[in-house]
Amino acid sequence: MNLTINGKQESIEKPLTLEALVAAKNLCPEKIVVEHNLRIVARGDWPKVTLGDKDSIEIVSFVGGG
Amino acid sequence: MEDLLPLGGRKIKNRLLIGTGKFASYPLMQKALEAAQPDIVTVALRRVDAGSKTDNILDFIPKSCLLMTNTSGARNADEAARIARLAKASGAGTWIKIEVVQDNKYLLPDNLETLKAVEILVKEGFTVLPYMSPDLSMAKRMAEAGAAAVMPLGAPIGSNRGVKTRELVNILIREIKIPVIVDAGLGSPSDACECMEMGCAAVLVNTAIAIAQDPANMARAFKDAVEAGRRAYLAGLPASGTEASASSPLTGFLRDDAFSR
Amino acid sequence: MSYYDTLLKYKDLDPAKAFLKVTPQDVERAITSEYPGTNGLLALLSPAAEKYLEPMAQKAHALTLQHFGRTIQLYTPMYLSNFCENQCAYCGFNAKNQLERRKLTLEEVEKEAAFIASTGIEHVLVLTGDSRAESPVSYILECLQVLKKHFASISAEIYALTREEYASLVQGGIDGLTIYQETYDEAVYQKVHRSGPKQDYRFRLDAPERAAAAGMRAVNVGALLGLDDWRKEVFLMALHAQYLQDRYGDVEIGVSLPRLRPHAGDFKDIRATTDRNIAQIITALRVFLPRIGITLSTRESAALRENLLPLGITRMSAGSTTRVGGHTIATEGSGEVPQFEISDERNVDQIKAMLAAKGYQPVLKDWMQL
Repeated sequence: MNLTINGKQESIEKPLTLEALVAAKNLCPEKIVVEHNLRIVARGDWPKVTLGDKDSIEIVSFVGGG
Repeated sequence: MEDLLPLGGRKIKNRLLIGTGKFASYPLMQKALEAAQPDIVTVALRRVDAGSKTDNILDFIPKSCLLMTNTSGARNADEAARIARLAKASGAGTWIKIEVVQDNKYLLPDNLETLKAVEILVKEGFTVLPYMSPDLSMAKRMAEAGAAAVMPLGAPIGSNRGVKTRELVNILIREIKIPVIVDAGLGSPSDACECMEMGCAAVLVNTAIAIAQDPANMARAFKDAVEAGRRAYLAGLPASGTEASASSPLTGFLRDDAFSR
Repeated sequence: MSYYDTLLKYKDLDPAKAFLKVTPQDVERAITSEYPGTNGLLALLSPAAEKYLEPMAQKAHALTLQHFGRTIQLYTPMYLSNFCENQCAYCGFNAKNQLERRKLTLEEVEKEAAFIASTGIEHVLVLTGDSRAESPVSYILECLQVLKKHFASISAEIYALTREEYASLVQGGIDGLTIYQETYDEAVYQKVHRSGPKQDYRFRLDAPERAAAAGMRAVNVGALLGLDDWRKEVFLMALHAQYLQDRYGDVEIGVSLPRLRPHAGDFKDIRATTDRNIAQIITALRVFLPRIGITLSTRESAALRENLLPLGITRMSAGSTTRVGGHTIATEGSGEVPQFEISDERNVDQIKAMLAAKGYQPVLKDWMQL
């Protein structure tokens, strides 16, 4: 199954929830915002979203900026 | 009497806005923010790399500061709007500095896409401050579209060259009814002071503070300069060079008895 | 939004106090400032500025050269009708005055137009009294059909109209409107406009804005100097011009400085405005609004007009008469009463020669409608 995560192609073996993906990537949930197929998903809904083939995911967090 | 800047429904005390990019470390940035005590600081959103263990920048920004997310990285209005929504979803509030840049050579803003982004985001309830090239017609349209302020550039981002757009910014100050905040290009406290003396409502500084040898001291210097410039503006600058060249008097005729005095 | 909202802010402006508070430093700052602003305007019109007339004149002259060069637009007024329903205390056409009332027939319009055009003039200003019955918009539109054959640009100085009526004049070939508020003081306004449609202060005040919104290319405002304190009047007139300039960037905004002249009326309570005051007014206006058009009419003497020229004037009338048909039909002593007495009676050629001698180019045709 192929996913686009932050613009990069990645493949995964079996279906995952967003929550599992964040954990697998070793990301700190408090710091990030996740967009699934251009829709922002609230942190509480991460376990409810199961990723499908060709899904696109953006994971962003705050950095310094002017 | 306290001199507060009404902006986006708030009253802002410190007219120095600070950007948080390019600091050598978050603790250094924190020291600079503590030294200047800005009411508003800007942050950006970036894609995170897997396993990145960097600190959370928000932990280093004093809680008293209002966060304003810039949309840097956006190449058009839709991308800017998307970033704004992400910022809101992340709990960073609804203050957005719109920055739409298609030109990676000079990093000059795209005024037309910026205007479109203002229109979209104002409708969605955001407090919107567009970063723009100082163009009068565009600034008027941004104000009509509901922008909280306009942020004309003083010089290209990060160039530290000062208020090269002085004449145009001056026109905006006179003609635009919403606050004019010079953003980008200010290289030294004297540049910031100059903006405030001209009548700018505020300035936004990032690079000049972030890359100084001692960012905390530089932040403080900018704060003082902004205050000094503001005070001078309010005090009414005295005339300079009042000597008139009386090469050929134009009003000598009034001494003639034929004219009524 | 209307200029009236701005006026309300200055409702309690006491000229005796506001202008006397100005210091010499305020005046110096206003003269040297790039953007004097409202406070600067106040300073430039103050008694304190009277000591700075020469530096004000130098600055005004430099700004005028910068924005207009050495050019002066020339136009000639042409009275179409003197029927009037108003009783304006200061005007010769006052409805109560016994005078021969007439309006030009289209043949007479043709005759007058042909004569004015023969002097080389291409910009004409048509005027009527205030009578929707005798000189309705439809009559003016008929006259326009005749006038268009002779002139490149036609402006009007007529009673206040609705926006739709202004739009119909624009459609018919009028490109400029001159309409004076006469006085910005509402109480004085009511006092000197004793009856007639002109009594509606707000309708007149908003007329320049309606004309600008209707697509008029040039709009001229003015205060009749002599009805009230000139400092206050000019201050409020300048803010009116600025208000219009700010909102209608595509319209050329101008101001006129009509000084109350002897007329066949009974208003004798004239508040003096001296020649020196006029010089101060012109320079203050120029420094405050560098791009504004400033018109000086033949109400003023030839000598004064020549001397005021370099201080900021951009438009002058020439070959003027304030009688209906005054160019070819009515003559002095024929029973025709002028609206007011003119002072500079020189014809177009004489004015052109004077301008040339002073190093100015007379502009007879500034533009034309395509």
